[in-house]
Amino acid sequence: MSILGPLLIAGLLLLVIWMGMAENQNQKLLVIDDLYPTFSDLQNKSTDLVQFDYQNISLDDAKKLLYNSDYTAILHIPSNITFGKTAQLFFDKQPSVVVHRIIETKIEGLLEGINLKQYNISREDFYNVKIDFQLHTIRYKKSGEEEEVNREAAYVGFAFGFFIYMFIFLYGVQVMRGVIEEKTSRIIEVIISSVKPFQLMMGKIVGVAMVGLTQFAIWTLLTVIIVGGAQSVLFDLNFDPSSLDNVQMTTEMMKELQTDKSFTTKDVIDPNNLIFRINWPLMLGMFVFYFLGGYLLYSAMFAAIGAAVDSETDTQQFMLPVSLPLILAYVMSVFIIQNPEGPAAFWFSIIPFTSPVVMMVRVAMGISFSDIWELLLSMSLLIATFVFMTWLAGKVYKTGILMYGKKASYREIWKWLFY
Amino acid sequence: MPEVLLSTENITKQYANHLALDAVSISVQEQRIFGLLGPNGAGKTSLIRIINQITAPDSGTILFEGKPLQPNNVEKIGYLPEERGLYKKMKVGEQSLYLAQLKGLSRPDALNRLKYWFEKFEIQSWWNKRVEELSKGMQQKIQFITTVLHEPKLLIFDEPFTGFDPINTELIKSEILELKEKGTTIIFSTHNMESVEELCDDIALINASKLILEGSMQDIKKSFRTNTYELTFKGSVDAFSRHLNGNELIDKVESNGSTRATVKLGGSDGSLNKLLEGLLPVVEIEACNEVIPQMREIFIRAVGGSSI
Repeated sequence: MSILGPLLIAGLLLLVIWMGMAENQNQKLLVIDDLYPTFSDLQNKSTDLVQFDYQNISLDDAKKLLYNSDYTAILHIPSNITFGKTAQLFFDKQPSVVVHRIIETKIEGLLEGINLKQYNISREDFYNVKIDFQLHTIRYKKSGEEEEVNREAAYVGFAFGFFIYMFIFLYGVQVMRGVIEEKTSRIIEVIISSVKPFQLMMGKIVGVAMVGLTQFAIWTLLTVIIVGGAQSVLFDLNFDPSSLDNVQMTTEMMKELQTDKSFTTKDVIDPNNLIFRINWPLMLGMFVFYFLGGYLLYSAMFAAIGAAVDSETDTQQFMLPVSLPLILAYVMSVFIIQNPEGPAAFWFSIIPFTSPVVMMVRVAMGISFSDIWELLLSMSLLIATFVFMTWLAGKVYKTGILMYGKKASYREIWKWLFY
Repeated sequence: MPEVLLSTENITKQYANHLALDAVSISVQEQRIFGLLGPNGAGKTSLIRIINQITAPDSGTILFEGKPLQPNNVEKIGYLPEERGLYKKMKVGEQSLYLAQLKGLSRPDALNRLKYWFEKFEIQSWWNKRVEELSKGMQQKIQFITTVLHEPKLLIFDEPFTGFDPINTELIKSEILELKEKGTTIIFSTHNMESVEELCDDIALINASKLILEGSMQDIKKSFRTNTYELTFKGSVDAFSRHLNGNELIDKVESNGSTRATVKLGGSDGSLNKLLEGLLPVVEIEACNEVIPQMREIFIRAVGGSSI
């Protein structure tokens, strides 16, 4: 699984990219211009993906051609295009969004040219006049320090939070399965005549954590290598990056990037820029901390569940209350992206059961020095809670592993705590 | 007087609403096989778990080699629980090594000893097999080996023969006796009274959380004697009955012209000599021996008597 995992992930990523590319079937457009030859320049604007074939025929003739030629679509430029600002695209199979964008951008450019000529404005003046407005968000601190705030970083934090959420589940359930296996195979009594039940439980939790970290390291490394390698190969083959943008970025980001004339400010959402804005050493450090902390907290509970039941099918009734806060944390972090400094963000990043996921969003957004106590409080609460929870789970575990054939109820487990 | 290896003093263990052990004191002498007997749910497993430090007693102390039981004593104790199993997906050799190292053996040591045992049981070919590929009896053999591998001073077997065929049962029995010869002390818990009879030197009987009987097998059998004798004779059963001298005839079986009669002494002068004196002139006595109570009978009588 350690090796297969990254191969699968990389394969999946490549599949998505490939699908994105394959979807962009080369288009040969028959362009019918009611204002012939106003838009004849389109002929020279062909790209690898979209080929414009500018013809002076009627729309009806063109429509007849659609099924009797290798044209994939007919682009009809109506006579009122300068007022209506629309054109029609006739097709059998709908071209991709990327093709849409290319056609739109090209016609937009030509229309701008016509308008500029009509109003007698030079292209230079036009760019000078054109406004690409953006709001800068800057935190002004009491000390007089200023700090740029960027909401987009929250998405990076969310991604990290999601990984933590996923890994806690993945490895927590692995701990639970291990405990159930030892119980059902009846090896448990042999083992605990050699080691203390608490040692066995901690050994299992720490062991799985090590497996998790190792696996995670291998996955990250291999995925980076494979995807990186594959991407460079693809780029070498005249790969159109716009199709990659399509799959990798949000449509908003894509729009920004594709109107390739507006790099007027350096604050345009550029992923590279975003990467430098996040405090990466802190981010990665906190990722490891919150992954381990959250994992230790939840896996202790999962281990207790495993000890309380006889088979995996019996786990349901206990799984729900234990995984609910974790699921809540994940759902909450979606909302917290919208308002990363609201009360919800504060409380859920302090409460140990949700903090491992939610705090990731806040760390990515940047935690100001004056708020560092919140981070420290959240971290110490997490440590305190997992120590307490491990102690509690140890008691349930110790009694549960030696109970066979008895369906444990909450009342029963409550009693075990006081044995 | 043989040395005492392990003794428990007034061990009491209370579960939520059930008293598992009530001031149980036993002492296990070195190099003897100690049978721990009792009906289901009497508290045997609770006591064994306490000796193995799996659970702690509420009160009472355990002495091992004269000192209070220490956590690292587990290296000197081997335990084969009644509820036992192995990691199914793990390979036999790998798993045996792991279990041996848990008991404090070094890897090379464990490897050497495993080699010895695997050769002895002629199961070298199992080394790289996964446990789930083995039959239940085969798994039991592996379990037996891993229990005794670290050559503990004290071995605790809880129902060791379940899952074995008669041939392997004999094999394990002889191994247990051999271990005893080599100096190991063994606590042996079972419901199989025939094997108790065969193996045990001392026994303790626990019923309803209390120790109701403890001592050497000989002494216990003596104390359960009922003064009953079995006499085999040729001649008139009628004459035999008339000359019983006030003793009670419990049973008689005739076969091949002889009669086997069971007589319980208890007349005015209830000695065997007096009985024989009266009988010798009238019938031809072929054999006479005391009826020694079987463990099965002792068990039933002791448990039944204590419950009333």
